[in-house]
Amino acid sequence: MTRYVMVIDLRRCVGCQTCAAACKQTNATPPGVQWRRVLDVEVGEYPNVHRTFVPVACMHCANPPCEAVCPTTATKKRADGLVTIDQDICIGCANCVMACPYDARSIVRAPHFAYGDQPIASEAARFDPGRIAVSMKCTFCKDRIDAAAVTGQVPGRDPEVTPACVNSCIAGAMQFGDIEDPASNVSATLASTQHFRMHEELGTEPGVYYIWDQA
Amino acid sequence: MKRPNVSASELFAPRLQRNWDWRAATNFITGGAGGGLLVVAAWVSLGAGDMRVPIFLALVLVATGLLSVWFEIGRPWRAFKVFRHLSSSWMAREATVAAVLFITGVLALWSNQRALIWLLGLAGAAFLYCQARMLTANKGIPAWRHPRCLPVMLSTGLTEGAGILAISLAFPLATSSPALAAVLLALLLTRVICWRAYLSGLRADGAPQGTLKALQTIDAPLVAIGHVIPAALIIASWAAAPAGAGTGSAIITGVQIMIVVAGLLAVGSGWALKYTIVRRAAFTQGFALPHLPVRGSRTVDLATKPGWSRVDQAQQ
Repeated sequence: MTRYVMVIDLRRCVGCQTCAAACKQTNATPPGVQWRRVLDVEVGEYPNVHRTFVPVACMHCANPPCEAVCPTTATKKRADGLVTIDQDICIGCANCVMACPYDARSIVRAPHFAYGDQPIASEAARFDPGRIAVSMKCTFCKDRIDAAAVTGQVPGRDPEVTPACVNSCIAGAMQFGDIEDPASNVSATLASTQHFRMHEELGTEPGVYYIWDQA
Repeated sequence: MKRPNVSASELFAPRLQRNWDWRAATNFITGGAGGGLLVVAAWVSLGAGDMRVPIFLALVLVATGLLSVWFEIGRPWRAFKVFRHLSSSWMAREATVAAVLFITGVLALWSNQRALIWLLGLAGAAFLYCQARMLTANKGIPAWRHPRCLPVMLSTGLTEGAGILAISLAFPLATSSPALAAVLLALLLTRVICWRAYLSGLRADGAPQGTLKALQTIDAPLVAIGHVIPAALIIASWAAAPAGAGTGSAIITGVQIMIVVAGLLAVGSGWALKYTIVRRAAFTQGFALPHLPVRGSRTVDLATKPGWSRVDQAQQ
């Protein structure tokens, strides 16, 4: 079995937002919508202040609450761990948005563009009316993962079949791969570090691991 | 450069959800009351006469809620796809039960048969339960997923149903039922117990600060106006009731006015409670770091969970 996960080393992330920009460019998300965000949190009081950057997006949970509540089966969990949305079925009820504890989903009710009511050329070229008024979120760059089955490449190792955010990270803070493969990059990294998953107490079994220290 | 409305650090803490607006809240408000009304009407139909007016009212309430939420969904013309995921989705189950409820309701109105009214009562109970579970299945909203939210939603739906029934029996027939008043009193007591248990549970377990603030704001008026006053009116109506009360008369009496006011307060407070839970207390989970990253010289292991009334849940 394959279970694709993402590993994010919080020690390395410098908050440059390149992953967020790469995601936006790759997926042509509308203004105000970011499938990947880098949160900026400060802890402590002067002079003992710690600043941490936390990249977040859909966690592609093994037990996704969004999938359970979806009344139409638009949200599904694939065998390889990816949580997907069939936007031709979604009715835009927002139940999945309410069920997601990671604030990963959004619904754009009407088309809007960067400069007024009309799209600029690049927006017009990639505008998809099928994404209006339905739920949307990070796909782990599903098309690239699916391409790997055709090309024989390995997601997480070969950039062509690796999520855009991972490819773009300037600090090497993000990794992607198959956690069920003991020889994969993510398995090796997790074996040598201390890590956690966001809100594990909720039982969602997220597919994103955050590294915070060496083992 | 244009400044963002929300800073990145603010995105870390729980935020008020804005996807389910007043239209979704209306579904819980009127739909829950309609379901509760069907349950109480079925029970009261054992001893009283014609229940067609309350049944009609209940169907209107449920329909109002569903119509309201239909206006909210992004793709209303795909609404019939809502029945596709009965295996786990409470929204799909709610829609399915609603279909059964309306079919049974029309038949009950047409035939006025007691068996159908009882079947309709069961459908009302199932609808109310589906609605409550639909809310509590949302893990992204701590105020909703709390296990004590379910009894609050169920008890308030039934209380509102009893309140509406008390009002509908007073008009236009000017009748009142001491037994129904007793049921309303018992449901008021149940609801206030569930409410206080819910609030204390959220305080004890830790909840987003915004959630606690919103719920604590309504606590005193909800208990006083929504429970103490209607309970006092019901008890006063018993004390003031002349012999033969409850059998119906040509004009509405002071006793019946007390019951009607008690019913109105029970319904109004329940609707305010549900609106607060669905809209004002619905803060998201936000994010938490059970450990801060260790960089350079090793530092004390710290955790953070901003915007929550307790942070120890983040420290694992």
